[in-house]
Amino acid sequence: MAEPFTTLTSLPMPLVRDNIDTDQIIPSREMKSTGKTGLADGLFAGWRYTEIDGREADPDFVLNDPYYTDSQIILGGTNFGCGSSREHAVWALAEYGFRAIIAPSFAPIFSGNCVRNGILPAVIDADAIAIIEKANSPITLDLSAQKISIDEGKSWAFPIDEEAKAMLIEGLDAIDLSLKMANDIATWQKADRAKRPWIYLGANQ
Amino acid sequence: MRKWGLFLPEPSSLFNKLWDSHIVTSLPGGGALVAIDRVFLHERTGASALNSLAEAERAVTDPARVFAVTDHIVDTRPGRTDKTLMPGGQAFITETRAAAKVAGITLFDVNDPDQGIVHVISPELGIVLPGCTLVAPDSHTCTQGAFGALAWGIGSSEAEHAMATGTLRLSKPKSMRVRFSGQPTRGVTPKDMIMTLIARHGAAGGKGHAVEFAGEAVSALDMEGRMTLCNMATEFSAMSGFIAPDAKAFEYLEGRRYAPKGTDWDRAVESWKQLSSDTGAVFDTEIEIDASAITPMVSWGTSPENSIGINGVVPDDAGERSLEYMALDKGQKLAGTSIDAAFIGSCTNSRLSDLRRASALLKGKKIANHVKAICVPGSSRVKREAEAEGIDAIFREAGFEWRESGCSMCFYAGGESFAPGSRVISTTNRNFESRQGPGVKTHIASPETVVASALAGAIADVRELM
Repeated sequence: MAEPFTTLTSLPMPLVRDNIDTDQIIPSREMKSTGKTGLADGLFAGWRYTEIDGREADPDFVLNDPYYTDSQIILGGTNFGCGSSREHAVWALAEYGFRAIIAPSFAPIFSGNCVRNGILPAVIDADAIAIIEKANSPITLDLSAQKISIDEGKSWAFPIDEEAKAMLIEGLDAIDLSLKMANDIATWQKADRAKRPWIYLGANQ
Repeated sequence: MRKWGLFLPEPSSLFNKLWDSHIVTSLPGGGALVAIDRVFLHERTGASALNSLAEAERAVTDPARVFAVTDHIVDTRPGRTDKTLMPGGQAFITETRAAAKVAGITLFDVNDPDQGIVHVISPELGIVLPGCTLVAPDSHTCTQGAFGALAWGIGSSEAEHAMATGTLRLSKPKSMRVRFSGQPTRGVTPKDMIMTLIARHGAAGGKGHAVEFAGEAVSALDMEGRMTLCNMATEFSAMSGFIAPDAKAFEYLEGRRYAPKGTDWDRAVESWKQLSSDTGAVFDTEIEIDASAITPMVSWGTSPENSIGINGVVPDDAGERSLEYMALDKGQKLAGTSIDAAFIGSCTNSRLSDLRRASALLKGKKIANHVKAICVPGSSRVKREAEAEGIDAIFREAGFEWRESGCSMCFYAGGESFAPGSRVISTTNRNFESRQGPGVKTHIASPETVVASALAGAIADVRELM
């Protein structure tokens, strides 16, 4: 179960590039075990270290900038999290300490993976992101109000579907919620089995 | 209000038919609990999802509808075992094997005759069917939409949810129809069609949408071409891509191991014939592309949207970062750019028809001396069938390596890769930075373009070979 998300105030770390793919967030070579942990060191490995498979920090990459050491929010570009469905990308971000990503759009699988792991994917337009990037100071994300605000008094609303919002705020486990509907599922499957028996392989093989 | 509105059903899209027929119940907030008919795992994340379920003391509710295969990490060199060049890779295979056994699901293991890339073997075995929902923790699951299924990639948590409940909690995406009118010209393939869509409308062009591919150029494709087209719907940021099933789809599936048999088959086909968008069906977004104007495509940058016609030049608005990574300049012609390696494989372009077309161009020729070239059949079945036709010999004699089936060098997992910084022309789907190896510069293209380029030793227009 993920940690509930209500409000978050943090300096956002700017990584405003379009099409940041999950191969960049966590390269396949950094997914070294079948577990969900031990991934933070591999976060953005290709950009963060001076050499592939090395561990010497590249001072030019923003993640290594001491100013952003405590950032829990990433400011991203369009189509953030595109590419592979690997949930390791989100596990790595969470393990490193990120709780929210703000971008003009997200790839759909990545966005779903964020919500399942307590990370808020907040969509606002590129102009607003440019203003936040320029301000370069802490912002507050209020999930209940669906609002991002900066010190200068500016704020922006972001959309999120109600289910994702409730999951994040309450830190709910989706499987628990759905298992409570086991009777509905069984009833549906019984009716469906009569219509489409070929779907139910156990009975037919 | 229409006079006969009470009696005539509203025209419905294929997507709405697939969606509506799987809603178990609606959820507060506008989402739905959607029934999932098939789950397919692979060894990269299979052990993780199955072990996580077991640790939470949750069961796979219907193991007969859950499958797994070793494709992502398994070695593709001849004589392979569980060992891989990827450090720690063997554990992914052995742990997935153990977890699959405990869960009671069907695993197509390393040397199973049915082993292969998940999206190649699922249709081969009749696991994907028209009108079904199928999910896998792999973004290219949309490939299987070619059969008129709603098939899409999910994360590990969602895979656990699907296995534990037989459902997923979803918000309904918007609908899009992409129509390819006319017919493509010589040397233009389904890969070029989908790359054209992404180049024109962007890698986020399909965001928030489920995409139906339609039009005469799509109807004319065989099932393998349709799979190539649907495969890259995820590179378009779409939830999925799919095509209305027709006689070609039914013929492909008939007699496959997990496809319905006897009277069930007849009943199934009758119901599948309803799976098309009704005349007058409304879409949130429609895109029309003239297939006859498409040329062979090749990518120049580090996103699939960075693609141009084979005789085009790197655009003036190309991003500096991409150009620096790819060692290219604005205005530079791609054709003629020297390559170090050529790769034919992946869930995009590794099926028998891909290999037949490639080998027809290769026959009796030799690739350029400086090019390392590899062909990895999409499944063990494709490999056997290709070998029975002598296709392997043509590849070998031309200078290609001929491998066992798997995802192979579509991505670099720490094991095998192309030489650091080398330039590769590849039938895969992603040209991301270091995707195929440290600093490797990937140009994605059709099998035909890859063959023409391997022969020339530089990016080449296949039409000059034809």
